[in-house]
Order: sequence, then structure tokens, then C-alpha cells
Amino acid sequence: MTGSFGGAGWAARLRPALGEIVIAAGVLVLAAVIFWQTLSIPVSPIYAKVGPTVMPMITAAGLAILGILLMVEALQGGWRTEEEKNVTPDRVALLWIAAGLVLNVLLIGPAGFTIASVILFVCVARGFGSKAILRDAAIGAAFALVAYFGFAQTLGINIGAGIVESAIERIFGLGQGS
Amino acid sequence: MEAFSQLLNGFAIALTPMNLMWCLVGTTLGTAIGVLPGLGPALTIALLLPITFKVEPTAAFILFAGIYYGAMYGGSTTSILLNTPGESATIITALEGNKMARNGRAGAALATSAIGSFVAGTIGTLGITFLAPVVVDLALKFGPADYFSLMLLAFVTVSAVLGSSAVRGLTALLIGVWFGLIGVDLQTGQPRFTFGLPELLDGINVIVVAVGLFAVGETLYVASRYRLGNDEVIPLKGSLWMTREEWKRSWKPWLRGTLFGFPIGAMPAGGAEIPTFLSYYVERKLSSKPEEFGKGAIEGVAGPEAANNASAAGVLVPMLTLGLPTSATAAIMLSAFQSYGINPGPLLLESQPQLVWGLIASLFIGNVMLLVLNLPMIAIWVKLLQIPAPLLYAGILVFATIGTYGITQSPVDLILLYLVGAMGYLMRRYDFPTAPVIIGMILGPLAEQNFRQAMTISAGDWTVFFTRPLSATILVLVALALFGPKLYSLAVKPKPEGVPGDA
Repeated sequence: MTGSFGGAGWAARLRPALGEIVIAAGVLVLAAVIFWQTLSIPVSPIYAKVGPTVMPMITAAGLAILGILLMVEALQGGWRTEEEKNVTPDRVALLWIAAGLVLNVLLIGPAGFTIASVILFVCVARGFGSKAILRDAAIGAAFALVAYFGFAQTLGINIGAGIVESAIERIFGLGQGS
Repeated sequence: MEAFSQLLNGFAIALTPMNLMWCLVGTTLGTAIGVLPGLGPALTIALLLPITFKVEPTAAFILFAGIYYGAMYGGSTTSILLNTPGESATIITALEGNKMARNGRAGAALATSAIGSFVAGTIGTLGITFLAPVVVDLALKFGPADYFSLMLLAFVTVSAVLGSSAVRGLTALLIGVWFGLIGVDLQTGQPRFTFGLPELLDGINVIVVAVGLFAVGETLYVASRYRLGNDEVIPLKGSLWMTREEWKRSWKPWLRGTLFGFPIGAMPAGGAEIPTFLSYYVERKLSSKPEEFGKGAIEGVAGPEAANNASAAGVLVPMLTLGLPTSATAAIMLSAFQSYGINPGPLLLESQPQLVWGLIASLFIGNVMLLVLNLPMIAIWVKLLQIPAPLLYAGILVFATIGTYGITQSPVDLILLYLVGAMGYLMRRYDFPTAPVIIGMILGPLAEQNFRQAMTISAGDWTVFFTRPLSATILVLVALALFGPKLYSLAVKPKPEGVPGDA
């Protein structure tokens, strides 16, 4: 393999960039997954050349080639600009947002849209550094309620009625428009 | 001329009170959301798509047209006042416009941008009117094999042009193609890549991917770097009107910008970056005051802004006439068409003329509305810009949840949304362009369809793509686009690396 890359010169240029290597590996893994999943699609003989597996196979092959190209680039120092590489992401912020998203998914069914959205709102705001939790919760609640009733009443779209929504509907005697 | 009378019909439709109202709603919403940093037209349309499900098609598309143009106007405002352009096409505007704002000429920058956009948008829409029937005539000669090659061309130019690397762009594209393949294959009834989940049988909704990439992914990315920068909004001082001299310096760049923007936007994968960069370069060369460039030259705002809007109009030409989306925004609009069971293409102009011409007429009207909206209401938009980032992004994510959950009430879709968002974050961090994913998702299945039709007609003969003259020509262009830049750089400057003896 070294022969086609210029012999000793290639090894000297080897400056593995960890992040990019992981990404390139990810692309290769994806190609492999697509390939493996495509194999399990049954193909009837009539459709052989135009069957359901042609496009997926081409996609898998393409991703495999691109993955290899990416890996080569990654091993030669990666492709990000210097400026990008020196910026370390704020992981705490990311965790706050991720937490908000996860809680949203878990709660939106049982507790309803408003409660889940308020939690999401507060978590994301916290991720951006806002420490005024009560204020954020109030704003989030107002926003969510306006959005919910806007959608539910004017457009008749149900976006997850839950505890708060049903209570408000009962208080104000609003039926859900359909 | 037939096109003209069709256009007049379109106006008759667009000028009804109901449709005028939709146009107004669209332009206002589009501008309001386009102004918000980080939200480009593609995301705006994706987020507002669920609203249109309850509305009939003509009205829905008038709404989209308003949002499309409105979002572009809004984005320009942000670039000038905040120096963080909403999307790559407005980088140039930010360059000169922001400098003008710092010099106290923010009003003039905004005015030249708005008027230039109006001029360009109007001329561009006229361009659509007269160009569309011509392209349709040409398109009717296309067979499935030619369409497939055309889509290949779009794939390649979109990935090679958007972003800094063809390899990464193509990777994003193929990921999008894969997303598009998930679900039941319509021709054989075979489920593909559903991993046993019944929710995936219908495939992944493009809104989920668009919102995931552009909203969730973008939010994650911005959050990860938030403390590291501080953007101040430049206060709006100085008059909103341009001086005579500024008018004199602006009108030619407006026209030149339009001339660049429209044709390039209309070509498959022209995109908006090339025309704006080109316009900036040309204006700098032609200006009588080149030393002002870099410090706030009005031509540097007038030309690129016009180019930007003209190319937005241009992009609609292949979308409406060929069904070929050449930008993420066009791809989302295309999927909106599909969800109404309407398939843009050469036959659309014949079978649903009132829809298409109503849409085009609304673009004209929308342009007028935007000019009226933007200049006087600028103070309101500036207020929007001042929403603190934590609240802004929190609101965006909640809205994203509404948009997704509201369609299907399925938590699986929400999980998909967030997973795609995580992928979007990684893509942003590692410099992968995200727009090709959307384009791949929409065009991939279409390409597959055309491929299969072509193969069926030719009874399994692969060479049909090379023997049909149209298809063969296009494939040559594909090869040029893929390998051309590389070969060119190799020929012009022989590689310094790889020379033996180099340290």
C-alpha cells in the first residue's frame, strides 16, 4: 500500500488526526451496514437489474470509496482548518441541551406537550448560560402554551395534549377543534 | 405571447384577498424568521411546512413563495447588522454591509440591499416567466435516461460546489440518498432499511431531517462555541434613505448582480455563493473607488445582494420546470409539492397552470410587499435580533418539536430528529456541508425511479446512458465537474509535494 502513496514520503506525512479518523471510520461502518442490510433484501429474478438492491449497493459502494478517501485525508493530518482544531467545544452546554432533548422525548407522551417543552426550554437556555431558571420556565411555558393552542385551535393539529393542556381546556371551556 | 397571458391569469389568482393575505403572512413570517441568526430559508420553510397541511395547494404555495423571498430579505438584514450571516450566500453582504453599519451608514446599506433585492427579484421573476416555457419545451425531449444523467449532474455539482471539499459533499449526499431509500420500495413492495421498525415503513419525513440538521444540529454547534464569542448588534443610526450619490453608485451593481445571479441560479447546482462572490469581485474591479472595498463600499452590498435574490429566483426555474431542486430550500419545497400529490416537471405547466402561474405572480407581489415591509419596519426586525440567544435557541428547539411531533405524534420521529441533530452537529464540527443531505434525500428516490425506467425501456442495457446523445453529453459534464478542478490544478501548478528530496 505504501508503494502507491510515494514510499517513504507517505509515512513521513502521517499525522493522524483522531477526530477525523473516527469520522472516516464511521463512514466506512455506515457503508458496511448498508451493504449488510441490502444483502437481506430479497430480489426476485424478474427484477434483477432494476431491483430494490441496485441503488443501495451503489450507495454503499460510493460511501465505501469516500470513506477510504476520508481515511487517507485523516491519516495525513485531517482536513479541518487550524482555527477549527483549536476550538474545544463546550461539553457542558452540549450535555444540557442533550438532557433537555432526552427529557422532552420521555415526557411528551405521558406528561403532555407543555410540561415537556418547558423542561426542554429551560435546559436549552441553561446550555446557553442562562441561569434565570424561573424566568426561563415562565417564558417557556408562555411560548409553549401559545404555540399549542395556536396549532390546536386554529389548525386542529394535535401536538400532544397532556396534563396542563387538559386542565386549561377544562377551565376555559375550550373544546379541541377538529 | 402565451406566457404573458398565462401570467396575467396568475395575477388574477394571486390578487384575490385570501391569497393576498397568504402572501402577506408568508413574507412577514419569512422575514421574521429569516432575520433570526442561524435560521436560513430552508429551515424556515421546513418548520412552517406543517402549517400548510390544512391549507389548499395554491394558497400553500403562495405562502411558501412569500416565506422563501422573505427569508432571504431577513437574512440580509442580519448580515448587515450582526455580521453573522445566516447562510453562506450572505457572507459577502456581511463583509461590506457590516462595515457600512459601523460607519453609521447602516440605513443606506439596508436600503440598497432591500431595493437591490427588489429589482433583482422582479427581473428574476420576469426571467422565470419567460424562461420556464422554453425549458419545458426542452425538457419534453428528455427521456428517463437523460433525466437520470441530469440528476447525476445535479448530485455532483451540488456536492462539489457547496462546501470546501467534493469528497465530504458527496459523502453528505450519499447519506441523504440512503435516508431517502429507507422505507418501502414502491416498485417491488420490499421494505428497505427499516430495521424492523414499523414506523419506518413510510420512510423518513424530509422535514425531520431538515429540521434536525438545520435547527437541532445548528443549535448544538452554536451552543458548543457560545461562550467563545460575543456578537453585538450594531445600533441603527443614520437615515434610512440613500443619498443621491449612493443611488448613483448602486443602480448598475443591482443590474449586474441580477445578470450574474439569475442564470447561475437557474443552472443545476449553481447555488447562490458563486454569483455573489462573482458580483463582489466584478464590482471591486469596476468601481471608481476600489479603496473603499473592505471598509464599507456600497457597491459591495448592492451587487451581491441583487445577485443573491436573482439566483433565488433562478433556482425556481429547474425546480418548477424539471422537478430538479438545486438547493436545500428548493428540495424542501419540492417535497412539499409531492406531499400534495403534485409532481413538478414539464407536465406541471400544462396540467396545473393556475398553480404555477399563481405562484409566479405571487412572487412579484411578494417582492413589492417585502420592499414595503422591510424598509419602514426595520426597527421591528432589529428588535427581533436582540432576543437573547438562550431564549432564541430554546424557542427554536421547542418549535422544532412542534413541527415534528405535530405531524405524526410519534416519539420515534422525535428520536430520529434528535439523532439527525447529533449527526448535524458532527457534520458542522467536521466541515461537512449539510445541504447535500436534503438534496440527496429528495433526488435519490427520483433518480432511482428514472434509472429503473430507463433500464426497463432499454431491456436491461446499461449502455443506454451513453448512447443517447443528451444523456452522453450530460455525463461528460458530470465527469468534468468531478475531475475537472483536480486535473486543472494538477496541470497549472505541478504538485510541490511528492518531489523526491523534499523534507
